[in-house]
Amino acid sequence: MAENILHTEKLTMQFGGVVALYNLTIDVNEGEIVALIGPNGAGKTTAFNCITGVYEPTYGSVSFCGQTIVSNHPQGKMKKLYLGEKGKEKLKRITPTPDRITKLGIARTFQNIRLFDSLTVFENVLVAKHMRAKQNVLTATLRLNWREEKRAVEESMALLEEQDLLQYKDDLASSLPYGLQRRLEISRALATEPKLLLLDEPAAGMNPQETQELAEFIVKIKNKYDLTVFMIEHHMDLVMQISDRIYVLDFGKLIAHGTPSEVQRNQRVIDAYLGVADDA
Amino acid sequence: MEFLNTNLPYILAGISVGGQYALIAIGYTMVYGILRLINFAHGDIFMVAGFAMVYLSATLPLYISIPLTIIITVLLGFAVERMAYKPLRTAPRMSIMISAIGVSYLLQNCAWYITSGLAKQYPTIPWISESISIGTATTKIVTVITPILTIVLVIALVILIKYTKIGMAMRAMAKDFETSQLMGVKINSVISFTFIIGSFLAAIGSLLYFTNYATVTPIAGAMPGLKAFVAAVFGGIGSIPGAVIGAFIIGICENIIRMFGWTTFSDAFTFALLIIILVAKPTGLFGEKSTDKV
Amino acid sequence: MNEKNRNINGVITPTEKANIFSNSLGFIKKNWIGFTLLASLYAIILVLEQVLPVSSMLFVVLKKGAIYALVAVSMNLCNGFTGLFSLGQAGFMLIGAYIYGIFTIPLEARAAVYQYFDGGIINFTVPVPVALIMAGLAAALFAYLIGLPVLRLKSDYLAIATLGFAEIIRAFFQWDKLGPVTNGSNLLRRFPVFSSTLYPFVVSSICITIIVLLINSSYGRAFKAIRDDEVAAEAMGINLAKHKQLSFTISSFFAGVGGALLAMYQTTVQAAPFKAAMTYEILLIVVIGGIGSVTGSVLSSFLFIACSEWWLRFLDSETYIGSFRIPLLASGFRKVVFSIIIMIIVLFYSQGIMGTNEISIDALLRFFKKLFRKGSKEEAT
Repeated sequence: MAENILHTEKLTMQFGGVVALYNLTIDVNEGEIVALIGPNGAGKTTAFNCITGVYEPTYGSVSFCGQTIVSNHPQGKMKKLYLGEKGKEKLKRITPTPDRITKLGIARTFQNIRLFDSLTVFENVLVAKHMRAKQNVLTATLRLNWREEKRAVEESMALLEEQDLLQYKDDLASSLPYGLQRRLEISRALATEPKLLLLDEPAAGMNPQETQELAEFIVKIKNKYDLTVFMIEHHMDLVMQISDRIYVLDFGKLIAHGTPSEVQRNQRVIDAYLGVADDA
Repeated sequence: MEFLNTNLPYILAGISVGGQYALIAIGYTMVYGILRLINFAHGDIFMVAGFAMVYLSATLPLYISIPLTIIITVLLGFAVERMAYKPLRTAPRMSIMISAIGVSYLLQNCAWYITSGLAKQYPTIPWISESISIGTATTKIVTVITPILTIVLVIALVILIKYTKIGMAMRAMAKDFETSQLMGVKINSVISFTFIIGSFLAAIGSLLYFTNYATVTPIAGAMPGLKAFVAAVFGGIGSIPGAVIGAFIIGICENIIRMFGWTTFSDAFTFALLIIILVAKPTGLFGEKSTDKV
Repeated sequence: MNEKNRNINGVITPTEKANIFSNSLGFIKKNWIGFTLLASLYAIILVLEQVLPVSSMLFVVLKKGAIYALVAVSMNLCNGFTGLFSLGQAGFMLIGAYIYGIFTIPLEARAAVYQYFDGGIINFTVPVPVALIMAGLAAALFAYLIGLPVLRLKSDYLAIATLGFAEIIRAFFQWDKLGPVTNGSNLLRRFPVFSSTLYPFVVSSICITIIVLLINSSYGRAFKAIRDDEVAAEAMGINLAKHKQLSFTISSFFAGVGGALLAMYQTTVQAAPFKAAMTYEILLIVVIGGIGSVTGSVLSSFLFIACSEWWLRFLDSETYIGSFRIPLLASGFRKVVFSIIIMIIVLFYSQGIMGTNEISIDALLRFFKKLFRKGSKEEAT
């Protein structure tokens, strides 16, 4: 049994009156490729944002490698609203900022590509190396960190070479074609040396051919870097082909979970995707 | 009661100046609500209104020069929007803010050029410049008129925004700029209208303010402008009642501080208040909270 | 001025970068042209000082331009490279100017300067270079404290909050109760000033070099990442609060040093002129030079000062040709023309002179080589 790497406990996120995510409990084990699917607006990206600390969840907790990284158990109204009672566990709030979570080993990509547009391809990757380098602002300014810097440069070059991006290294990130921007975003995430990689719709806007290549690419990097992959995806071919397990969200709630074949046969999933007649 | 009697002039002055700030603050808050722009030039438009009155009343009778001042101010507000902000509609927010600072610089320098940097005596407007005694305090009628006029104008404005079509368009744009554009709101005319209202109120504000202070200088608009902006933030930017309440609070606090003899800090206090508000409750007293989508 | 060549030291490719980082000697070797140019610039100034009369406007421009260049570059670090729209520059300059003045006025002059405050309460002086560093540190300390609450704010709120802080600082330094230290609202004077134009040049070029080194370091990249996309930067493990604080504090440090230099240039200090208008002026210099370009800021500082102090001065004086008075020319007209030019730049050339590009030695060399080759080809044909 592989070890649990990511666990969310009753994760709930409310925006004003809208409950975007409700009591989401999921587990991702080491070495797996797990997919999170669901119709548009089901709360998939919200789940990612809660896990990576971009949003502070209204209720619930996230643990990574057995360590609680996000937890919000507020007292009072909100809790009553969602759990009905006060519960016995100790009320506490832990919310590390996204950068700390990244440092722990969770890297992510974004649904709408977010590269550093005014930096070159190479610098985009190099930036991700910044947090791991042993340096401070003084040593960096006076170039006393040259060993660290050299290592970062070499590693980034190696990474770019491996992703076939080396030839574009001095181009501005924004000038790359769409497919390469996606790949660069993944490379940049890899540069943070993660254990768990969260991919938010990596195949968005790709044709079947490119999607197939992406599937192979994901499996390849997973094996090479000993990663666990947790991804949001709409391309069912991709999801069914490479994921070990699938979670299905609809209107913020988990409606199904299991292996690809189990999920495919699940009636609630089919209803959620195809819609269900009112009088049925 | 004793305390009130001795300090009544300060409190009255506070209420009065609060009303004048409120009239300027509305211009800031409306523009910010729609364009998300701190219109740094608004204080200078207020200053230009002061000078317009000085020059016009030198040759024309008051019943012509007052309306003419208001018209000139409104036209200036309109022109500033069309020339300095409209071309930058799609530019990053920083550029528009820089443009606003540029306009402010331009207006101040033009005023300096025209007046040679000298302070100009503001004309005496009969009746409102006359003295009146309230309780133990003697003050100008304008002090009493200001809060009343402010409240009347604000009520009129709220009615306009609530019940007219253009008011609805303004609210829609404040909520969601792109969508209202898609829904067929003529954004340019609504924005112009917003600037026109803002400048109109600033012109009224300048009539009252300078009657109180008697002289106009090219930088006379900068401080009241910043303070009015602070008032708008204090009340929750985008909210008109918020801006008015914020302005009165700032006006009164400022004068209470003067009352204690801390005149040096009356300006600094306003900004301290701003920073406290921004840190404690960035949305101000009546502002709405918004979450950025990732 | 090559698009890809965005590095002031003429570093182009990462491999070359790697070489430079491998030892600091390499840095000097690599940039010997730059150092030579800088040295020859100093030499030219020295020569000019011998040749031209002391009262020449050129020296005013060079002195003030160098100081403004430092302040503009420091503002660019914060506003242009980190994307923090801060308008506190004048406040930090004021702190620098005062700290410099307070700690360097000679003991024997104190009784005269602090005539209303019994000679003040500070009874020691420090050497000028120490005072310059203290000026920077004091400004940085204030910035650090101010940054704690305000750097969490979004762009325009940050702008207004920092502007507000600058106003508070100004009021504070004019406060009577602090008179024994700050001399209240009276002038600080008789502190050591520089006589040679070289002085502000050397100080300012050292500071700018440090800023450039910072911008090209790992931290500089992190700053730019924050400017481009805060959310993504955070997802890359960059601590937003820490890096914003760093950029803001360092920027203020150099603003403080710039303020101290300005005090030396003016020979007196008073809190009153360090108003929001001064910050606006520096911001406009940065905009004209190009937000995100160090060389742009330097260039536009000298241009700005040259225009406002020298080249456009004639606009301010009434001029007659025969008995015909040239219309419009009168006191204040220069600033009107100036602000119109600025508005044109803001509206139509929002990139400024340089955009985010830099003038690099490599680019210049390539440019001259190209020119030279073209020239020789033409000769050949």
